[in-house]
Amino acid sequence: MKPVYFDNAATSWPKPPEMMEAMVRFNESIGANPGRSGHRLSIEAARVVYEARECAARIIGSPDPLSISFAKNATEAINCVLLGLLKAGDHVVTSGMEHNSVMRPLRFLERQGVGLSIAPCSPAGVLDPDDAMRAVKGNTKVIVVTHASNVTGTLLPLDDLARIARERGIVFVVDASQTAGSIPLDVVRTGIDVLCFTGHKSLLGPQGTGGFYIRKGLEESVSPLMRGGTGSASEFEEQPDFLPDRFESGTPNAIGLAGLAAGIRFVLGLGVEAIREKEAHLTRLFLEGMAGMPGTRLYGPQNVRQRTAVVSFNIVGMSPSEVAFELDEQFAVLSRPGLHCAPAAHRTIGTFPEGTVRFSFGYSTTEDEVRRGIEAVAHISAAYHKRTL
Amino acid sequence: MSGDKTYCVALFDSVSHVMKAEKLLKEADIPYKIIPVPRSISADCGVCVRFLPEQKETVMEALRLHIHVREIREL
Ligand SMILES: Cc1ncc(COP(=O)(O)O)c(C=O)c1O
Repeated sequence: MKPVYFDNAATSWPKPPEMMEAMVRFNESIGANPGRSGHRLSIEAARVVYEARECAARIIGSPDPLSISFAKNATEAINCVLLGLLKAGDHVVTSGMEHNSVMRPLRFLERQGVGLSIAPCSPAGVLDPDDAMRAVKGNTKVIVVTHASNVTGTLLPLDDLARIARERGIVFVVDASQTAGSIPLDVVRTGIDVLCFTGHKSLLGPQGTGGFYIRKGLEESVSPLMRGGTGSASEFEEQPDFLPDRFESGTPNAIGLAGLAAGIRFVLGLGVEAIREKEAHLTRLFLEGMAGMPGTRLYGPQNVRQRTAVVSFNIVGMSPSEVAFELDEQFAVLSRPGLHCAPAAHRTIGTFPEGTVRFSFGYSTTEDEVRRGIEAVAHISAAYHKRTL
Repeated sequence: MSGDKTYCVALFDSVSHVMKAEKLLKEADIPYKIIPVPRSISADCGVCVRFLPEQKETVMEALRLHIHVREIREL
């Protein structure tokens, strides 16, 4: 049985062949350390990395590729930004739908004396901007939220939050792990100060790639997470203060970035808008197919405009991991059960500590696959509830 | 060095800046070459952009608004 891959929110699969070809090409015919050595292959490697920077900038609306700093994933980017910005005595606001890649650095900072307020969200994961406003204090330095929940797909109101931040001189940080490549983004138009992204989800790059956009000038307020060799200003023993070298120490993942550039080009070729429409259609199909299914419970907003192609559900009485196991065993439908590294979000929607079963669709998911998923859930639910009668 | 001023080099903060400069020069159709930073200028391990002295104004014009040029030197 051909597996149905519904775990694109963890990492996208399959990746476009262009991505793998770009990585093979890099290894076969370039391979050098980007920009470190000055010979032709080193320069060619630097070109590849710069092209990845251009691609990342284009897809999130950054006017300058040099405003993009690469990291190994969104987690490293988020840590760099939050640990670099916040100090004891500062205050930070976040939402009740965050992934642990935001919550854990914030809880760590809290123990260092940073004030933390969590704006509550509805059981569907929806954040009312007024609740975020109420959480703001005089010493609030940062508002950091996920753009979309990795549990329910719920989109957070970035425009309103950006306005709240801008009016008060607060730095607005967005975790776009779940949306870069699947929802149109424009950091300038929206007024986002820092946007963290990961390369291996909807940007269709390889694992081990990611980074962040930072508004020009703001980098001076962010102390780097790491310091080291950059291939620039080598006569000085102090870290350079300019972008992107300020945040990019050590040999980068050039082969991964070659793949990331190809992945993003593929996404740009399809069009983020077109991907969004396709995924919204698949999500609608799933939600309609599940509506009223006996013995099941669905989470997140009804309206597909308010969410990404991530859906969470449970079969009443069964644990999420049992359901996921049956989906895999009987139907080769691959899902992700449990807490999805987001205990805060599961508390908000009322599914802590058991969690949910999550399906996440991608650019290559088909209607047939979604139907197969619905039938599989219906079958498992019917069998279970018959057994317990 | 003979002292003949046959080339200019533009120096930038980092290799990422050099890559951006390269794109701008390509777009403006200005001949250039990326070379290691000459030892006479700096012990840095980076690269810089070499071009002909008579192109200096055109190069400056192509780069000025888009990128921070650390220095232009005649060799
Ligand atoms: C909302 C959200 N934030 C952050 C991350 C972390 O991404 P990565 O594991 O690539 O660092 C993920 C995915 O794992 C996510 O879904």
